[in-house]
Amino acid sequence: MKFLSILAATAVITTQLVPAAQAAVVPASTKLAEVQELTVDNNAEPASLDPHKVEGVPGGNIIRDLFEGLVNQDADGNIVPGQAESWLVSDDNKVFTFKIRDSARWSDGNPVTAHDFVYSFQRVVDPATASRYSWYIETTTMANAAAIIRGEKPPSTLGVKALDDQRLEVTLEQPVPYFIKMLANATTFPAHRASIEKHGDEWTRPGNMVSNGAYVLDQWVVNGKIVLKRNPKYWNDKETVINQVTYLPITTDSAKLHRYKTGELDMTGTVPLEHYKRLVQKIPDEVVTSPELGTYYYSFNTTKPPMNDVRVRKALSYAINRSAITDYILGQGQKPAYTFTPESVSGFTPPETDYSKLSQKERNQKAAKLIREAGYGPDKPLEVTIVYNTSEGHKKLAIAIAQMWKPLGVKVRLENQEWKTFLDLKRNNRFEIARGGWMGDYNEASSMLDLHTTRHGQNDSRFSNKQYDVLMAKSRTAATDKERNSLYSEAEQILAEEMPVAPIYQYVSSRLIKPYVGGYPVNNVQATVYTKDMYIKAH
Amino acid sequence: MLLFILKRLALAIPTLLILVTLSFFLIQTAPGSPFTGDFNMPPEILANLEAKYHLDEPLYRQYFYYLSDLLKGDLGPSFKYMDYSVNELVAQSLPLSIKLGLTAFIVMVIAGVALGTLAAIRQNTWVDYLVMSFSMTGVVLPSFVIAPILVLLFAVTLGWLPAGGWNDGHWSSMVLPVASLTIVYIAAVARIMRSSMIETLNSPFIRTARAKGLPTHRIILRHALKPSLLPVVSYLGPAFVGIITGSVVIETVFGLPGIGQHFVNGALNRDYSLVLGLTVIVGALTILFTTLVDILYGLIDPKIRIKH
Repeated sequence: MKFLSILAATAVITTQLVPAAQAAVVPASTKLAEVQELTVDNNAEPASLDPHKVEGVPGGNIIRDLFEGLVNQDADGNIVPGQAESWLVSDDNKVFTFKIRDSARWSDGNPVTAHDFVYSFQRVVDPATASRYSWYIETTTMANAAAIIRGEKPPSTLGVKALDDQRLEVTLEQPVPYFIKMLANATTFPAHRASIEKHGDEWTRPGNMVSNGAYVLDQWVVNGKIVLKRNPKYWNDKETVINQVTYLPITTDSAKLHRYKTGELDMTGTVPLEHYKRLVQKIPDEVVTSPELGTYYYSFNTTKPPMNDVRVRKALSYAINRSAITDYILGQGQKPAYTFTPESVSGFTPPETDYSKLSQKERNQKAAKLIREAGYGPDKPLEVTIVYNTSEGHKKLAIAIAQMWKPLGVKVRLENQEWKTFLDLKRNNRFEIARGGWMGDYNEASSMLDLHTTRHGQNDSRFSNKQYDVLMAKSRTAATDKERNSLYSEAEQILAEEMPVAPIYQYVSSRLIKPYVGGYPVNNVQATVYTKDMYIKAH
Repeated sequence: MLLFILKRLALAIPTLLILVTLSFFLIQTAPGSPFTGDFNMPPEILANLEAKYHLDEPLYRQYFYYLSDLLKGDLGPSFKYMDYSVNELVAQSLPLSIKLGLTAFIVMVIAGVALGTLAAIRQNTWVDYLVMSFSMTGVVLPSFVIAPILVLLFAVTLGWLPAGGWNDGHWSSMVLPVASLTIVYIAAVARIMRSSMIETLNSPFIRTARAKGLPTHRIILRHALKPSLLPVVSYLGPAFVGIITGSVVIETVFGLPGIGQHFVNGALNRDYSLVLGLTVIVGALTILFTTLVDILYGLIDPKIRIKH
């Protein structure tokens, strides 16, 4: 209360409504199992368990259990308090003040303070840390982050300060209305300074690591297993149910299916595509499919002929029968994509683009007309190469799309590349059409749409449109959600008109989950799972 | 003999150096770098990373850094598993691979020799046909086909054994990986042993032994086994290398945290130091083992000793 009254008196800061904190919500009638231990397939070995060095989903999954940032997500993906119990946002969306909860503790019993967060944010952007995700802090526009990463300013100049032990103030260079949503990402989680100073790179080992999440690290066998045990010092430990969680890095589809069947796994990380339909028929209650904040697409290289001709790009995109792909090739509940932002994104409904309203027959007719206008036809067939990384799924799709383009007189060459070679080709602009997939880093449309701004590192198609860049820049200063969404809609319309990429389908995530596992967040489009929110029913 | 061993060991050093040098430069030719990922990092972040690992320096200098660290026994940091050095990863995974490899090796020798001998003694009976049918099937089926079949049968359907995982080396977790790894080699050893044993059993000295009235088991164990083992022993070197490389597949299928998985992931992730470190280790083990086989060969057959 004292905190709120002080800030209210300054009259420059508005309060933000904060939803209640989440924990395992066990229905009253549920009988819990005596042994509360969960074994989860994590798809791969994490690159690190240091929140500031981690990259990729497997690492993020474990770090969410070990560490807690200022905020968490609830089962529907909404932001809920984490280590911060409340926060205040300035009118211009540039200054954010957090109140760290009194009960926030490290696993060694010491309090988590605002100074821990100052240290952690500075550590991420410090070039000496060599964090692969420091760009994420830069995208928040935290004051001086970019200059610090470039080595032009010291980390101490970062726009973050501790007003006292429990009040943390973050200052951004530009308004970022969705800044709070960005804080659910592991890169913004705190790391324990004393452990790092004592153990160096080895601070993430069992016995050395001090963490502030619902679990602590118990065992780590690289490529074998990672075992976490409940953290009795966690502020909400009394509402945590699962005592132990084991993460297994299973990379092969058949192995995860076998180990699920034998009961060695309670949850798989994915469901093998070729088994999906059979499993849905056989064990429908155990196949859990959720919408995901991501889109599968083909990038057209807009800098090179023939893909620098918008008519060619549109013709190829129109001729893709997206419904046939989602219904007959994938069949896991994926939706056809006619915009780059998927429908599952929070707070924004993507617009209906003109071509989405047509029937496939009409789209094909338009495609044939466009390709003729571009100067291609039976006498001069368009020859293109689709490049994709090694995967049966990508191959199947590329073959189907090549068939869909055949009536246009397009001759397609398929080029399969190993993952890093594929990334290298895209980065060095040596492709015509490349498959792509993008998952939002935070649940907001800009996490998808920013990708097509001229300077974005992931803009594979090299699309550059001034109007588009202006719209995305303006969206950051939009006064209301309505105004911002209208700018996003305009941006989507530009993408449909210029077609630098052909959106193909909206991702879903599928897992096999034993019926006795409760609390899995089916509606979280970022598949953000916290073990503390789950429980095991008697079975 | 001692001179022979010393010569072999001395030869191992330049062999290893060539192996390291070739591997070092070859892996650099693969497209992409350890830091090529889903997200194209901004150049300044990439520069920070490259500076940390000396990747911003000329290749020859990186090579000498590597050699100088190697001489000190330091295999360098892992580029992918940022919390670990290659030494630590090897220390964690090598004991498992050795345990798996040695168990497989012992099982291969005992089962292969026993089956081959049995088939030779019972030549042209149903026992012989059964062993040879197994051998034919075993030889043509690669381990990545055998492994899922064994898992489906013994883990999923019958529920007798776990479908994967190491479980700190508990015997139940080793049965299926060892079986998948060795069936093909047991089959090969059995075939070699059978023909070798048949040949020995038809030798004049065995006929003499029989004429003296010695019991069959004595003839086999005392007189026929040792000379029949020679072709098997010469097969053990390549078989050992096969088991080591075969474990790459098996460790992935069964999710075992051995060096095989590091090899696969290291190559895919362009984790230069991890791949190089493992190349050195496996190269050294291979050299050591082939030397041991040669010594063993010399012990069994005195003619070899004289030649050397």
